[in-house]
Amino acid sequence: MKKVYVREEYCIGCHLCEVYCVMAHSRYPHDLLKAFKKGDPLPLPRLWVEEKGPLTFAFQCRHCEEPHCVSACITGALQKDTTTGVVTCEQERCVGCWTCVLACTYGAIRRDTKNGKMVKCDLCSNWGEPPACVYYCPNEALIFVERGE
Amino acid sequence: MALSLLTPMFKVERDEELCIQCKVCMRQCVNGVHWYDEEEDRMRCDHKKCVGCHRCVVLCPTGALTVKKYPLEFRENAHWTLDYIRSIYLQAETGGILLTGMGNDRPYPVYWDHMVLNASQVTNPSIDPLREPMELKTYLGRKPKAVEIKNGKLAEKLPPQLELDVPIMFSAMSFGSISLNAVKSLAQAARETGTFFNTGEGGLHRDLYEYGANTIVQVASGRFGVDPDYLKAGAGIEIKIGQGAKPGIGGHLPGEKVGPEVSATRMIPLGSDAISPAPHHDIYSIEDLRQLIFSLKEATNYEKPVGVKIAAVHNVAAIASGIARAGADFVAIDGFRGGTGAAPLRTRDNVGIPIEFALAAVDERLRREGIRNEVSIVVGGSIRNSADVVKAIALGADAVYIGTAALIALGCHLCQKCNTGKCNWGIATQDPYLVKRLNPEIGARRAANLIRAWAHEIKELLGGMGINAIESLRGNRLMLRGIGLNEKELSILGIKAAGE
Ligand code: SF4
Ligand code: SF4
Ligand code: SF4
Repeated sequence: MKKVYVREEYCIGCHLCEVYCVMAHSRYPHDLLKAFKKGDPLPLPRLWVEEKGPLTFAFQCRHCEEPHCVSACITGALQKDTTTGVVTCEQERCVGCWTCVLACTYGAIRRDTKNGKMVKCDLCSNWGEPPACVYYCPNEALIFVERGE
Repeated sequence: MALSLLTPMFKVERDEELCIQCKVCMRQCVNGVHWYDEEEDRMRCDHKKCVGCHRCVVLCPTGALTVKKYPLEFRENAHWTLDYIRSIYLQAETGGILLTGMGNDRPYPVYWDHMVLNASQVTNPSIDPLREPMELKTYLGRKPKAVEIKNGKLAEKLPPQLELDVPIMFSAMSFGSISLNAVKSLAQAARETGTFFNTGEGGLHRDLYEYGANTIVQVASGRFGVDPDYLKAGAGIEIKIGQGAKPGIGGHLPGEKVGPEVSATRMIPLGSDAISPAPHHDIYSIEDLRQLIFSLKEATNYEKPVGVKIAAVHNVAAIASGIARAGADFVAIDGFRGGTGAAPLRTRDNVGIPIEFALAAVDERLRREGIRNEVSIVVGGSIRNSADVVKAIALGADAVYIGTAALIALGCHLCQKCNTGKCNWGIATQDPYLVKRLNPEIGARRAANLIRAWAHEIKELLGGMGINAIESLRGNRLMLRGIGLNEKELSILGIKAAGE
């Protein structure tokens, strides 16, 4: 399946991917200004930039072949879509137990403590292709490709 | 601490209605202009530190930023302009030489803008480049006086030539003065468009050997990075005597910029200052130059053209003639607008002559002496667009070098801070955090696009003149007319006035 990969040698640590991820998951998924000005409460970004000195890279869910989070989920909210391969969470069923957070080997799941729900990358399934972070990455550090892992 | 008398150059304006406090500007400005005030929950800025590079403006996702000239007027004075007053404040503080980057920005006349091109009407047909073939192929190198053909073949082998698909090359910019990603962008673009990039005095990084067929390797006064592999790697060799931004002056790459990669490529100790002397200490005459030219030819089996680059100075025509006679295959002349990674400001702005005059004088002199065929002429240091290229070729150039224009294609916003090593665009810097900002894939695409766009435009202009090969334009000064030039200027340029 196509996934988001980061080429850290070109990631400039601008955090624009986070900004646009927030937009894509807000009430105004195609209007950055409204998303931020009127979107309160703002959704959490589903990816984030790790930084240490000149090394910076954006990171998100790897949509694993055999996702630990899915097997660990106590309510069945987390599922791997059999056709697209996207690991998604049915928000209504998430009870905020954070079991998935512990299970994910990459640390790709975040806790939205305000809403008591987990959040993770959904590959912008409801937004468009390529995902917002890739589309808006100013340096083409993020790419959306099939690597056949 | 005594108060600095320097006032800001730029004013950064943030439209609070548009700002979403994403902090992108703060992260992108290496000069530390923007910061986030947590208590106020808004972005703030220190105008004084802004150099006007526009990185924040371009990256701000909501277009909230504008950078303006700081609205502070001195009492009007035609003699004491802002720049001169500021320079004095600065020197009174530092006691040092003023340093700068890029090229001469003073309001000297731009002669390209005083020349116009011809077009065909009625008596000779113009050509549509979309329907008919149009040739931009250019060969740089020594040409024989006449060719002898035996059995349909050349009787004698031609001297080595550089083959260009377009008469535009990327001028010498060293790895050190610009980032490796910038050099990679140009190398890749040169390969894609069938032209050349030039190593400058920076040596050839190991990752760039694969671009050898599109490389001109430079040998300059510091001899950095020169060894047999280097000389053999390039398609041609250029001996650098001088450059337009700082004729008569050497170079100095401060030790901070000599990291592991620069050090290995230049073959100098890590962290040591790379000092290029003002003269080559083994060249004090044309005879000495001849010796170096032939040493380099000998070292490369007489298989590669060897050129000489000089700055355009007062008696450039005589110097170029000497260079031709010394055996150079091409002479590269850099006009006084030529850019640099670092130069003393007063030198940059006051030394040298316009390339248009230098080119006209050199071409004229070489023709008069009957040796124009022995040497190709490449000019640089002011070419801004395809029309400048066409005018240069009509004045007598074989090809042009572009440096500043190429960097602008990569993102440079001409803030002239190249010397500080803090280029927010990842071009004139060695800071790994900044270098990443130039993705060489994007850089190569943009630089190649520029060359292709100019090539299309050159063909349009040629077609309009009824010419279908760049060869027929070369030195064809009848295609040029002067506007707003006096008799002397017209005669140096060797062109007629418009209407004549
Ligand atoms: S793909 Fe979409 S959801 Fe996933 S990190 Fe990128 S912007 Fe966020
Ligand atoms: S980049 Fe633009 S929107 Fe983001 S904090 Fe700066 S001014 Fe505001
Ligand atoms: S120096 Fe450049 S990035 Fe910094 S505030 Fe000025 S224009 Fe923006």
